[in-house]
Amino acid sequence: MNMVQALNTALREEMRRDKSVVVLGEDVGRRGGVFLVTEGLIDEFGEERVIDTPLTEMGIVAFAIGMAMYGLRPVAEIQFIDFIYEAFDQIVNNAAWYRFRSGGMYNVPLVIRGPCCGGIRGGMHHSQSNEPYFIHTPGLYVVMPSTPYDAKGLLKSSIRSDDAVIFLEPKSIYRTIREEVPDNDYTIPLGQARLVQEGSDVTLVTWGAMVHLAKEAAELLREKRGWSIEIIDLRTLQPWDKDMVVKSLEKTGRLVIVHEARKILGPGAEIAAYISENYIDLLRGPVKRVASYDTPYPLAHEKLYLPNLAKIYRAVTEVMQW
Amino acid sequence: MSKTGLIDTPFKPVEKNVVEEYKTLLEDALGFKRAVDEEGRVVDEELLPKVSEGEIVEIYTYMVRARVIDSWLLKLQRMGKVALHAPNKGQEAVAVGAAKPLRRDDWVFPSYRELGAYLVRGMSEEEILDRALANADDPLKGSDFAIFGNRKYNLVPAPVPVGNQIPISVGAAYAMKYLGRDTVTLTFFGDGATSRGDFHAGLNFAGVFKVPAVLVIQNNQWAISVPRARQTAAPSLAVKGLAYGVPGVRIDGNDVMVVYKIVSDAAEKARRGGGPTLIEAVTYRLGPHTTADDPSRYRTSEEERIMERYEPLRRMRKFMESMGILTEKEALSIEEEWNSKVEEIVRKVLAKPPLPENVFFQNVYGEKPWFIQEEERDLEETLKTMEELGLSYKE
Ligand SMILES: Cc1ncc(C[n+]2csc(CCOP(=O)(O)OP(=O)(O)O)c2C)c(N)n1
Repeated sequence: MNMVQALNTALREEMRRDKSVVVLGEDVGRRGGVFLVTEGLIDEFGEERVIDTPLTEMGIVAFAIGMAMYGLRPVAEIQFIDFIYEAFDQIVNNAAWYRFRSGGMYNVPLVIRGPCCGGIRGGMHHSQSNEPYFIHTPGLYVVMPSTPYDAKGLLKSSIRSDDAVIFLEPKSIYRTIREEVPDNDYTIPLGQARLVQEGSDVTLVTWGAMVHLAKEAAELLREKRGWSIEIIDLRTLQPWDKDMVVKSLEKTGRLVIVHEARKILGPGAEIAAYISENYIDLLRGPVKRVASYDTPYPLAHEKLYLPNLAKIYRAVTEVMQW
Repeated sequence: MSKTGLIDTPFKPVEKNVVEEYKTLLEDALGFKRAVDEEGRVVDEELLPKVSEGEIVEIYTYMVRARVIDSWLLKLQRMGKVALHAPNKGQEAVAVGAAKPLRRDDWVFPSYRELGAYLVRGMSEEEILDRALANADDPLKGSDFAIFGNRKYNLVPAPVPVGNQIPISVGAAYAMKYLGRDTVTLTFFGDGATSRGDFHAGLNFAGVFKVPAVLVIQNNQWAISVPRARQTAAPSLAVKGLAYGVPGVRIDGNDVMVVYKIVSDAAEKARRGGGPTLIEAVTYRLGPHTTADDPSRYRTSEEERIMERYEPLRRMRKFMESMGILTEKEALSIEEEWNSKVEEIVRKVLAKPPLPENVFFQNVYGEKPWFIQEEERDLEETLKTMEELGLSYKE
């Protein structure tokens, strides 16, 4: 099963399980979503639960916040996460902060999901990794799966969460990664990372599509240099699994963070700062970040703009030779 | 009365004469104006613009050119040369008819489905292709796909986020008025865009500040898979203007003559200080939303077949023949002529080199700050490492 199918399965199972789960967004009905994540749901659950909305992200999110406050569990699709900004006011000021603002009297069990990130020659408005904006906002969970198995388990947990979740789906691996996904009802807790592979020289912290690039890079580094790389897939970016990262650093003493978001104030900046504030004694070299460049996402030469094998190779080499 | 004169006297209904005026406005906003019907017959002489026979052929030729380049972009997308294309087929009359009556110094804010308007403004097929391929001559330097624009033609590149250009164009129109120019803005957007906050803010500002703006809704019935009826419960889109104090006119968007006439009148009125107009051009998107779309998921081919009858080029040929301007055969040969011209341009454009590797560090700021400079050096190092490792970055 690929990630699109896994997400579709998670939605279907949750909708069957709980009548309060509704899906809404642009083209989620007959079209089944432009990437087909909601394919067929309208046939099973009808137009009142699978809602093709007017074209306004602000409307979709605000409408869903109201539903969520009244007791529904809406899953709002943003067709491409790049278009979420019209809804930013509603996300930050309301979805994230209603609980705090109301002294805990109201909460917003809402999932906002949509395809994110680059690598498909989508140009600047179909490629953004804008998770930093959401990570910066207290009150939100921020999730990004890297495999079909995780996608299903994480989406189920997100739907069951009593707080708002920004669920980001790296579209470049929607269909390229396939694996067995069990039909049973399993969940993956938010906030828990996954140890992708063990290693002893460098800890590579990453998520989303970069997990697969990191695996390739680790293989290249093993071949060319004989170094052993440990890879951690964070899966949840807020709150991130610091325990797993620290445990790994106790073994390797070297940290490289790889992400598609731009470097300045990207998630890597936070992780690097947290580790150096609290665990500097574990480090045998500087923390390195491999990120996208701090320019708008280009249509031309995106493979040079994004993290790539050569950039990871250089960063790991620099930390190893420190 | 307040000092600014902006405060209404409260507690009374709106004056009778305003109610009467709105009744007339409602008729325009809920009606359907056309000069030429789908069989090419003139149905309303008054709505025929005052253009010469030569200009009519010119207008038709622009529509043909738009269709030809549209089909080439489709082909190139299928060949993997163009990342994505949003077909224009069936909507040529709105784009050409609205852009044609403007002056060079007016500004046009297109969306992504107005090939005809780009051509009218002076953009060539070669430039459109350079852009679509993001090659070394791309005027927008590989920034995004499916958008076009060039300051040379007072043609502002469209934003990909739907409707973003609406309030921006209204701001530009305010600047024109403020600077005492008699220029106007012409803005295109879809029926879906009328749902977005940008539309509402844009129309509201346009009305309040009475700016010289002509706002054209390309109501092609579909926003990807979502039909017009899911965008609004209002009986027309033009009527939305009235709520903001902006007159709305609903017209046949496949009748290039009426589009020309109504936009031309609205632009002249705006130039004279008469304020903005919202025009709903009723048309139909004959193709898929983009090359990534599959319309069979949400509409029948029967519907598409029926709508072919209203297709604007066919209507123009019939109209020209009945007016004795061009025979159908002559009209069709214009298409052949442009097909071979464009084929030659395609060949030339495909041979052009790509943009330089460091292109994305340009134009982020007017002057490069230290971190951009640092990252540009990082790219140089990365390219060296790639060479050492035998890695490629070619797309
Ligand atoms: C803010 C935003 N949301 C979603 C999209 C994805 N999208 C691109 S075009 C489109 C439909 C636009 O419909 P309409 O405004 O009617 O114009 P049309 O494509 O029919 O010409 C959508 C949803 C987008 N580009 N921008």
